[in-house]
Amino acid sequence: MADNGTGSTDGPAPETLAPEPPAPKAPAPGAPPGDEGAPPGDKGAPPSDHDAPIVELRGAGKSYGTVRALHDVSLAVRAGRVTCVLGDNGAGKSTLIKIISGLHRHSEGELLVDGTPVRFGTPRDALARGIATVYQDLATVPLMPVWRNFFLGSEMTKGPWPVRRLDIARMKRTADQELRSMGIVLDDLDRPIGTLSGGQRQSVAIARAVYFGARVLILDEPTAALGVKQSGVVLKYIAAARERGLGVVFITHNPHHAYMVGDHFSVLRLGTLELSADRGEVSLEELTDHMAGGAELTALKHELAQVSGVDVERLPGAEEVRAPVPGSPGEGS
Amino acid sequence: MSAAGPAAAAPPAPGPGTAEGRATRRPLALRLLARPEVGVFLGAAAVFVFFLIAAPSVRSGSSMATVLYQSSTIGLMALPVALLMIGGEFDLSAGVAVITSALTASMVSYQLTVNVWAGVVVALVLSLAIGAFNGWMMVRTGLPSFLVTLGTFLILQGVNLAVTKLVTDNVATDDISDMDGFGQAKKIFASSFDVGGVQVKITVVWWLVFAALATWVLLRTKYGNWVFAVGGDQDSARAVGVPVTFTKITLFMAVGFGAWFVGMHELFSFNTVQSGEGVGQELIYIAASVIGGCLLTGGYGSAIGPVFGAFMFGMVNQGIVYAGWNPDWFKAFLGVMLLGATLVNLWVRRTATRR
Repeated sequence: MADNGTGSTDGPAPETLAPEPPAPKAPAPGAPPGDEGAPPGDKGAPPSDHDAPIVELRGAGKSYGTVRALHDVSLAVRAGRVTCVLGDNGAGKSTLIKIISGLHRHSEGELLVDGTPVRFGTPRDALARGIATVYQDLATVPLMPVWRNFFLGSEMTKGPWPVRRLDIARMKRTADQELRSMGIVLDDLDRPIGTLSGGQRQSVAIARAVYFGARVLILDEPTAALGVKQSGVVLKYIAAARERGLGVVFITHNPHHAYMVGDHFSVLRLGTLELSADRGEVSLEELTDHMAGGAELTALKHELAQVSGVDVERLPGAEEVRAPVPGSPGEGS
Repeated sequence: MSAAGPAAAAPPAPGPGTAEGRATRRPLALRLLARPEVGVFLGAAAVFVFFLIAAPSVRSGSSMATVLYQSSTIGLMALPVALLMIGGEFDLSAGVAVITSALTASMVSYQLTVNVWAGVVVALVLSLAIGAFNGWMMVRTGLPSFLVTLGTFLILQGVNLAVTKLVTDNVATDDISDMDGFGQAKKIFASSFDVGGVQVKITVVWWLVFAALATWVLLRTKYGNWVFAVGGDQDSARAVGVPVTFTKITLFMAVGFGAWFVGMHELFSFNTVQSGEGVGQELIYIAASVIGGCLLTGGYGSAIGPVFGAFMFGMVNQGIVYAGWNPDWFKAFLGVMLLGATLVNLWVRRTATRR
């Protein structure tokens, strides 16, 4: 698919990241996301029917001509929970978010929003239902100040028509408040947003989506192009968005990142759902294994050994990879 | 020096921001330099002082009025061209579009023997339509505006000559100075007024008024926000709901409006229009915008910058004459200015966006 397959995420993320995400400042209960197994439904999320999914896919699929990009995928996005979608390049992650975000229509199965089936025509339809997508490189205009970026396309104005003008003071104030409540503190909102780090830019885009009424936030590989520290910043804001009761769809190909914030994990492989498990049902090792396509990785190691004489035994993780690989992928535990 | 001083002062000073938002406030000089019009302001001041010293006759009021007039005819068009450039596009047809507008007003009035205002209105409609066509073609086809407007440029250049010859059997239009409404229109587009014994052309006033208006629109309105956004990153802008197509087409129409205004000025100051003129002017407008600190690739610039850019042009153009030098040097001088301005812009942008 059209994933940007740069895959530049740093490998040994978990050790370096674990102490990194400081708790978000404004929402107090923001514990470091890594160390809580239970879904956070009991804190701050809508009290009543938080178990009813906001967005649900039932056996959904998509074919482009004769190419079946996605087949029989079921997925539920609930308020106050982070649903991680993992998969290699070409696994169908992009197709999946394009269906949910309204860029493409599904060709099989159902897409339900608040329990009713819908077919989105454009991203605007999805936005109107509170589904906002933050694309990795489609988030901001680099040379414009932070506050202008925050309100771009939905500017606040004042005054009657011929002299209707931007309400700059109010926009700056609101942007600052919103960013702070997500734990992003910038001293100078007049800086071009291009001078912020990649993680901060993503975070501003996330805060913007939250402010403009998103109930479901789709994040398309927000950490793919970022370094270890920057990824930590973004993961922190994902946790903050969850604290505010949003349903988050976190697309990534990094199981470590997913496991730090995720409540539910769906692994896609060649267009079908290979694994769908709650946090309690799957360990990071299993997730990594599914993600890497365990059997293939072992085969690859043998090939490497034959081709270039790589010392397979001393490759990191060789043991873990070999041990839990079942013959058929799919049986998660 | 007490060691306790800085240590004790440190804890209260960094507020909630420093730990997390390591984005500390940049020094004032750096923030000032990041303004697009600062470089060109210094350049214009330098050129001005240079000619004050090199050409004593520049110092008189009437010479200054001439310099300002020369600047205003460039500046009036450089404004919309700069806005369009901030919006990420070019208009190569801007130079000949001025002549097209003037020819239209002149020929409609003369041939139909109607009040000149009728011709003026028809010319306005046509100019806006040409702008809209440029924008629509570009948006619909996805071709670079350079190509689309190069096409329009050639079309208009040919049509100007051919239609004028067809209608008047001449390369110029007939004199319309004795027609109804001419005096009235001349008052608006091409009159002069007296300031302390010096005759100042009204275009200077229009130039500054439009520059103020453009600045306000660019920095204080929704539309201005969109202009920066479509020039800076069109896809991001579309993704957050900015009407990209509308913004681009209206920017091209603003250039059409500018072409109409300057065209009317030329018509009512010279009474007749030479159909072959205007070629090459579009590059002058673009150069004035670039010298004025607008980024060639869009997304960055101001409306004040091109005012100084146009002033630099007018100053050099007239200054060389007043200094008694060979005016052939004008273009060479311009080239040097343009290169210098581009380098300054490049440097400024790197400084401004440095992490």
